[in-house]
Amino acid sequence: MTSLALVIVTTALVNNVVLSQFLGLCSFLGVSKQIKTAASLGGAVIFVITIASGVANLIYTYVLDRLGLDYLQTIVFILVIAGLVQVVEMFLKKQVPAIHKALGIYLPLITTNCAVLGVALNNVTDGFGFFESVFAGFGTAVGYTLAIVLLAGIRERIEGNDIPKPFRGAPIVLLSACLMAIAFYGFGGLSLG
Amino acid sequence: MNANMERLYNGLVKENPTFIMMLGMCPTLAVTTSAMNGFGMGVSTMAVLILSNLMISLLRKLIPDQVHLPAYIVVVASLVTVVQLLIKAYIPFLDAALGIYIPLIVVNCIILGRAEAYACKNPPVLSIFDGLGMGLGFTLGLTVIGIIRELFGAGTVFGFQVMPAFYQPVGIFTSAPGAFLVLTLIVAFLNGASISNKANEKVEGCDGCCATCAQKCENPKEEVNREEATV
Repeated sequence: MTSLALVIVTTALVNNVVLSQFLGLCSFLGVSKQIKTAASLGGAVIFVITIASGVANLIYTYVLDRLGLDYLQTIVFILVIAGLVQVVEMFLKKQVPAIHKALGIYLPLITTNCAVLGVALNNVTDGFGFFESVFAGFGTAVGYTLAIVLLAGIRERIEGNDIPKPFRGAPIVLLSACLMAIAFYGFGGLSLG
Repeated sequence: MNANMERLYNGLVKENPTFIMMLGMCPTLAVTTSAMNGFGMGVSTMAVLILSNLMISLLRKLIPDQVHLPAYIVVVASLVTVVQLLIKAYIPFLDAALGIYIPLIVVNCIILGRAEAYACKNPPVLSIFDGLGMGLGFTLGLTVIGIIRELFGAGTVFGFQVMPAFYQPVGIFTSAPGAFLVLTLIVAFLNGASISNKANEKVEGCDGCCATCAQKCENPKEEVNREEATV
């Protein structure tokens, strides 16, 4: 149990998926204009990554590894993720149309969010079992949500400020992310276990 | 300028994927800890991009519209697997340095973006040149970032000692925050330059790949299409 908790803390804070591994940067920079949208995207990502890590692990252990087809993992994982995202999208569209509308085109694009595929591949590389994979996926997604909501908070504050012209647009967002990355860098000092 | 050269110029300068379009940010920031890694990543991506543009351009009349995205993803994922195995076999040090970011070329939005925006509507030769131009632009971007980070973070360029011996390397450049910092400064510098000569008013573009576009989609037709596609 402690080791599972440790997996969550490590993936969410110490190895934060966005700020230290640079996965899922596209949506991190793209959908972080408002806290509300960022939080709902975070929710969708938590949902998709947690399920995708579990499913990917089962497929790898029971199909790919057993048949010696592990070189196909990239292709298989991306298809599984694409299918899952479709299911989540249909579910949200029917049950929670407000969130579906808020996420707009970013929901189908979770497929190309490299955090999802990255976690699935990392779990295989690290030799994680089923539960460890699910917890690592969950922790990673929580870390992603934390980072994107924080960045959205910062962006809401700097919205009306007088930013030097060359820094308007993308650079100021990247600079905020840089400062956040420095803050998260501090978690590297945590001695775990 | 003939059409092929125009494609090269477009990828390298006008729509440079790294500095102008801000596409494919994950590998751009993650693997550019040294000039060599950035260059290796750029070339690997370029190889996949050229081949995927070629394949998709050849298959453009065969792939049904309803399933075009899954079909593109399968094509790209197969090519990435081939490239990954080749790198593992022949350039093992690059495989060790790039690690998980090689399979992640699959979800690099430059590749799907070019497939969607260009290769699916244009003949094979032009698509190859488009892939080559974009690939070179991406390689250029990654190599430049890699050179800057390696120079300040380790005092070397491509592994050769450049800075004088008394130079104390600034560790933050090769760690995560440094990646954001270097890209911020480069983009701000380019913005500043384009503001001062007023030549290029548009700083960011969308080009139909909404995966990375930091703006709201300005092309409402695109959004309508996507809405329809999901119905």
